[in-house]
Amino acid sequence: MTDITAAGIPPAETQKKSLLTLDDRTRRRNAAEMRFRMMGKIGVLIGILALVGLLTSILSNGLSSFQQTFITLDIHLDPARLDKSGNRNPEEIAKVTTFGYAPLIEKALSEAMTAKGILGNGVTVKAAAELISKEAPADLRNYVIADPQSIGQTVSFKLLAAGRIDGYYKGRVTMESAKLDRNISPEQLLLADKLKSAGLLTTKFNWSFFTAPDASDTRPEAAGLGVAIIGSLYMMLIVLVLSLPIGVAASIYLEEFAPQNKFTDLIEVNIANLAAVPSVVFGILGLAIFINFAGMPQSAPVVGGLVLTLMTLPTIIIATRAAFKSVPPSIRDAALGVGASKMQAIFHHVLPLAMPGVLTGTIIGLARALGETAPLLLIGMVAFVREYPAGPPDGFFDPASALPVQVYNWTQRGDPAFIERASGAIIVLLIFLITMNMVAIILRSRFERRW
Amino acid sequence: MNILKLSAAALVASGAFAGAAVARDQIQIAGSSTVLPYASIVAEAFGENTKFPTPVVESGGSGAGRKKLCEGVGENTIDIANSSSRISKSDIETCAKNGVTAIQEVRIGYDGIVFASEITAPDFKFTQADWHKALAAKVLKDGKIVDNTYKNWKEVRADLPDQPILAFIPGTKHGTREVFDEKVIVDGCKEDGTYDAHLAAANGDKAAASKACAQLRTDGVSIDIDGDYPETLARVAANKNGIGVFGLSFYQNNTDKLRVGTMAGIVPSVETIASGKYPVSRPLYFYVKNAHLDVIPGLQDYIEFFVSDDMAGPNGPLAAYGLVSDPELKKTQEMVKARTPMAPLK
Repeated sequence: MTDITAAGIPPAETQKKSLLTLDDRTRRRNAAEMRFRMMGKIGVLIGILALVGLLTSILSNGLSSFQQTFITLDIHLDPARLDKSGNRNPEEIAKVTTFGYAPLIEKALSEAMTAKGILGNGVTVKAAAELISKEAPADLRNYVIADPQSIGQTVSFKLLAAGRIDGYYKGRVTMESAKLDRNISPEQLLLADKLKSAGLLTTKFNWSFFTAPDASDTRPEAAGLGVAIIGSLYMMLIVLVLSLPIGVAASIYLEEFAPQNKFTDLIEVNIANLAAVPSVVFGILGLAIFINFAGMPQSAPVVGGLVLTLMTLPTIIIATRAAFKSVPPSIRDAALGVGASKMQAIFHHVLPLAMPGVLTGTIIGLARALGETAPLLLIGMVAFVREYPAGPPDGFFDPASALPVQVYNWTQRGDPAFIERASGAIIVLLIFLITMNMVAIILRSRFERRW
Repeated sequence: MNILKLSAAALVASGAFAGAAVARDQIQIAGSSTVLPYASIVAEAFGENTKFPTPVVESGGSGAGRKKLCEGVGENTIDIANSSSRISKSDIETCAKNGVTAIQEVRIGYDGIVFASEITAPDFKFTQADWHKALAAKVLKDGKIVDNTYKNWKEVRADLPDQPILAFIPGTKHGTREVFDEKVIVDGCKEDGTYDAHLAAANGDKAAASKACAQLRTDGVSIDIDGDYPETLARVAANKNGIGVFGLSFYQNNTDKLRVGTMAGIVPSVETIASGKYPVSRPLYFYVKNAHLDVIPGLQDYIEFFVSDDMAGPNGPLAAYGLVSDPELKKTQEMVKARTPMAPLK
């Protein structure tokens, strides 16, 4: 060491230098390190800024979708309109369409407004009726069909307010924008304010956002994630049930039993490749195999689940094999040494030790599958679906939507209220993903053994 | 090899599920994203008011929908294809090859195409010739066909506002683009005389002249939007000089953000399009597989419900959303009742 310094730098100079004053080379090295650190910090900063920007935009747009404006009305379910023959026959009641229910709501609204002294002074019932969602008559009709005995009674209903009114209380619609908007007028907004001060119009937590199905473009206020959440759950269930055993079995075989030859090498390369294949390719495969060849139904979670299984398997196999590799060979040797068979050694010792890694890999694979839209596009799941799928296993074959699909669908709609809904759906999706990743992290930190 | 193994495994697993499969009881619809809002409004009302489940409506484009319709007959194929342009001869041939022979063509109404800019932008009074002059690759100048170098609407026509030309038009995968090319650019080309010049240059070949007319400039003045109208709206909102091409119903839902330009002196609205005064509109269709009519429950009821006066009529919810109702709706209703398949295309 000293020889080198002595040879490299003339001794006279070294003696002159104090350790406290840095020479040029050290200064350059320090500067380079400083620059590198700065770049690293800038990189982290850009990442944080992007995340903050994304989250602020999503949260500011979407948090309001968890609140909803309702108009509470006592509606008299007039037998003269709903059940003319008076025998409460469900089939006859079902003949009254939603058009037949709208006048009941209008009448109740006019009565409520008269009672509060809002009606008059140029305020018409017709203008006021437009404040109520077009979903309201359908709600009413469903209530009556579910309970025909309620006809003739006066029932208190919490009806959805129209999308524009809802937007007014969320700051999306203003007096200025209403002037230009052909779907709402400033007078109607003033009327909504009056209803609010009279206590008829309230803003509450929007449970139906999580339970209601999608709604058409004319009723953004009624749109919810119900069908999408069920569809996503069904698909995740199928992915989990299929990919975990298949993935684990494949990796155990490849890692512990398979002979090392060209063929297993080929398989290994293929698995690594498949993990990087764009997800839409799996959609094409799914369309060809499951729908066109196997004749399975379109838009069904079972097909979605199978396609996502194919997509997730390579990820799971790779993660599982890594988990198996990280179990030290001494464990296997010890088990084999005391007379265990190879299978016993694996299932009694290696697999339990590798399990946290396997589960982590599975959960991360599931999380990726949960956020996937592209393959679903090809198998008809990017669709307007309003019927809830039945309970499993029949429900696996009913049409359903999925969470990311719902986000995609809503961003394409014309009514600006759907942008809020889409952001709300993103928040729900993010919460699901964060929960899954948290579980993965907890599993890893709790149970993972290090050697 | 690996993919085969995986899919074989998955198939075995799916076989286990398949025992639970039941006959399909929902109507399956796919196709045009322009027709999608109308189809979903009808589907919703249909599900609410009948004993049948709400149909499943997929988007994905007119062409993709028709292709799916022509895949064959059977429960794992769709029943109806929504389309914003007419079915083509090649589609019908594919259909016939796959056993889909009787197809009903149902015209549900008309859709207007509007030109709108950001709400604070100046008023535009367009003609088709203005659009051709602003966006075509070649324009007529002093009797000669030259490359288009106009940068400002004022250069196009002196009484247009002083604003740089920037247009957001639908990408080529959209049915709307076809109508834009045909009814705005090519018609404008004929209006300002460029068509005749092209025709002379092509020695009287009309198809070549039309094609030359529809060639748009590629110097960044006209920007193709491959997404849907919300994307165009976002681009227009971000760029005050931009003028976007929208569907009438989209515009009607966003009148607080968009200022619409007139075309040939006519303000676009349901009324002016129905009367035929507003020149840029097109019919919307859906195509029904007749072989499915008595197989899928509710299919016939859905079609009749769609074209009923309560839905597609001038006072129905579709008109309220922006569909221009068909003056010949009565004829369509009768045709649907009789299940008349469409005549071969000429």
